[in-house]
Amino acid sequence: MKLTLKIWRQPSQNVKGKFETYSLDNVSEHMSFLEMLDVLNEKLSFEQKVPIAFEHDCREGICGTCSLVINGQPHGPLQGTTTCQLHMRNFKDGETIVIEPYRASAFPVLKDLSVDRGALDRIIQAGGFISVSTGQAQDANAIPIEKDVASHAFDAATCIGCGACVAACPNSSAMLFTSAKVAHLALLPQGKVEAQKRVLNMVRQMDLENFGNCSNITACEAECPKGISVSNIALMNREFLSASFSSNDAN
Amino acid sequence: MDNLNLNGNVPSGDLADKWTKYRSTLPLVAPNNKLKIEIIVVGTGLAGASAAATLGELGYLVKCYTFHDSPRRAHSIAAQGGINAAKNYRNDGDSVFRLFYDTIKGGDYRSREANVYRLAEVSTSIIDQAVAQGVPFAREYGGLLDNRSFGGVQVSRTFYARGQTGQQLLLGAYQSLSRQIALGNVKMFTRHEMIELVLKDGKARGIIARNLLTGELEKHGAHAVVLATGGYGNVFYLSTNAMNCNVTAAMRAVAKGAYMANPCFTQIHPTCIPQMGEYQSKLTLMSESLRNDGRVWVPAKKEDAKAIRDGVKTALDIPEADRDYFLERRYPAFGNLVPRDVASRAAKTACDEGNGIVPTGLGVFLDFSAAIERYGKSKANILGLSNPSHARIIELGEKVIEEKYGNLFEMYEKISGENPYKYPMKIYPAVHYTMGGLWVDYNLMTNVPGLFSIGESNFSDHGANRLGASALMQGLADGYFVLPYTIGTFLSEDISTPKLDVNAPEFTAAADLAKQRIDKLFAIKGKQSAESFHRRLGKIIWEYCGMSRTAEGLTTARQQVRALRDEFYTDLYLPGVANDLNPELEKALRVADFIDLGEIMVVDALDRNESCGGHFREEYQTPDGEALRRDDEYAYVSAWEFKGANQDPILHKEMLHFDNVELKTRSYK
Repeated sequence: MKLTLKIWRQPSQNVKGKFETYSLDNVSEHMSFLEMLDVLNEKLSFEQKVPIAFEHDCREGICGTCSLVINGQPHGPLQGTTTCQLHMRNFKDGETIVIEPYRASAFPVLKDLSVDRGALDRIIQAGGFISVSTGQAQDANAIPIEKDVASHAFDAATCIGCGACVAACPNSSAMLFTSAKVAHLALLPQGKVEAQKRVLNMVRQMDLENFGNCSNITACEAECPKGISVSNIALMNREFLSASFSSNDAN
Repeated sequence: MDNLNLNGNVPSGDLADKWTKYRSTLPLVAPNNKLKIEIIVVGTGLAGASAAATLGELGYLVKCYTFHDSPRRAHSIAAQGGINAAKNYRNDGDSVFRLFYDTIKGGDYRSREANVYRLAEVSTSIIDQAVAQGVPFAREYGGLLDNRSFGGVQVSRTFYARGQTGQQLLLGAYQSLSRQIALGNVKMFTRHEMIELVLKDGKARGIIARNLLTGELEKHGAHAVVLATGGYGNVFYLSTNAMNCNVTAAMRAVAKGAYMANPCFTQIHPTCIPQMGEYQSKLTLMSESLRNDGRVWVPAKKEDAKAIRDGVKTALDIPEADRDYFLERRYPAFGNLVPRDVASRAAKTACDEGNGIVPTGLGVFLDFSAAIERYGKSKANILGLSNPSHARIIELGEKVIEEKYGNLFEMYEKISGENPYKYPMKIYPAVHYTMGGLWVDYNLMTNVPGLFSIGESNFSDHGANRLGASALMQGLADGYFVLPYTIGTFLSEDISTPKLDVNAPEFTAAADLAKQRIDKLFAIKGKQSAESFHRRLGKIIWEYCGMSRTAEGLTTARQQVRALRDEFYTDLYLPGVANDLNPELEKALRVADFIDLGEIMVVDALDRNESCGGHFREEYQTPDGEALRRDDEYAYVSAWEFKGANQDPILHKEMLHFDNVELKTRSYK
């Protein structure tokens, strides 16, 4: 295949970026999208040009490092698929592909296609955990958990923290990400104890990070590579409301 | 070579009481003193994150480093299968001793008894801890935890979280770590890569970390340094490891005197998606569970194999009589379920004989058609269908297979573009895990005082071969339940040592050394990319130090690695600058260390004149082609002291003593 690539180049956070156009021949349909970028980078290197910075690691669709907005869609056109699992057979010979970084004020561009998603870590640090220190645990089977409840919590827990939900949202909201962790822990008996404090602190941190509000567009669910449901947002809203009325221990 | 004997510092007493007794008597650091003691933890996988969180909870001042953008990304996250624990929830006769025994035997009797027993002992606490953190393990309808049997053992002791056990356990550790970060007990440094170890008065007292965004070489001091930096599988270039997994932190420690133990013990996983082209960047694992229902075969006739490779024929064109189900033929008792190392070698043999079925020649079929038909018939029977059509049987059977392996089949189709329900999967072995690593004693301390190594980065528990679902167990055992205690033996001597001054000459010298290495690479101004050298190194190691090894091949490999090193330092092309985000520089620094490790691996494989676990030397096999272990001469851990590039490393031996198990030969015929 022969491709034309329009790629966002930005030398650093405080320098204005722009699109540059590259053409690439002999792209195999068996290549993954990131391998296609590897080939382009090797070519740029040999032309003594600066390779394109993009983030990636496991290339198995589980670590959440890879990102990219491909032809306007976070992680590209294939549903339920991260960029690293997207293969070139999903594109046509002669096609022009536009590749951009995630766009959100909470995710500043660091270089080219790399953005800083540290805000998501800070939301977890605000309360996305159960306060149990090593050695304090009781026997694992001491609290039976209904299979359906465990399974529901699991569905929320599969979030890989890639940030595609934020990139997909016109408001750059992080509600899907935050609610997935709130739901995962609030559904489990172990997590109920500090559920109120957790949701208040996580939402407060989310707001501090300059993420937008949710206006029920649900693009986040459509683009989420792990299919996290927006029903988690509803659950978080319920948790947040009831905590707001009844709790005064948020800090 | 010298035969210098190493001591593992294993406490005396009965195997079963050692850890409890030792733990109750080892020196403690008082809470008020912990507040003055700094610890550096490098790496945020299962071992690093769990250690950093636990040390923070204990009150130490922890500084934690990862080259990722977040401590939730390490490759522990990719582990699919599960985690072993001797809970005996199934009432099927499991016990700490049985888990210990299986692990020692599975490791082909090349690991330290006391460490393995301790691992089995703390395994149960890991499950308790993870559940308390909210890790959503699979449950039964009664609400209690589910288990499965894994990796050919006879009890069901594996806890799992769908096919994402590693992810869920890592998120549990990451959340605990996040809590300690918020409390201010752990200071987290993301996008920082350790590129030098700092020694002061012979003790590990800090690191030089390169800030990957700015390129700045930062000096960080602490009373002790813990490396939780993972394995070195990417020395093979293509492996199931993540792209950024590397051996640099470990090799920087080796360059400062730490010993590298058993580097030739690497695990090759039999069921991975084969390489499709030169551009390929990594290999993807397909869970071992597929061999429960898949039959492995190649065409018996070379012309058929060639026709498939050329795309003239497909698997469906080969009649039953012309198929060679080579595992069933060679191992009638275990068939397709032989252990990882045996299955891998058999696939290699079939391909070496010219019967491989992908364009590179390196691939075999994993065929589900028999299982689909069998399940379909059984399902038709259950449904009471009389005389169902063949099409209906296949339809029913495919549904059963989908329920069992749906996500794996989908992943396979996404990557290969072929429907595995219609055409057999194409698979080939790939490097998956490295049992070797930094030598550590019972306290998990290397031979460099104050330098600890945990998780896959040390050599300690898996011997020559790791059992399935044991990697997660070891990473978390080390991080949650072993290191936080044993590090006290070193730190209790250090309570009056003041905070380390990073302007001390030792730190400046280490930073200068790091800068010189970087400047040297930029100064080469050659023509070849770091990636291309890595690819070539991988080919050498895979060819000569992969699934089967010979003295002749290893000697050749050593010459080739040395020649490659010379070429690397005369013809590397490195774009960009040092003081900026520069992934090419990161890669070049890592490749330089992989080359040095590659040579030590080859030397180790050459020294070990026996076949055991993942190390198969063709000269040492039984008349029917099975591994020949030589306990009389090689029941030792080889720990290599690096003397610089192009020098012979020095071998130190830790003799292994087996007082509680009888050494047996594995047989799967």
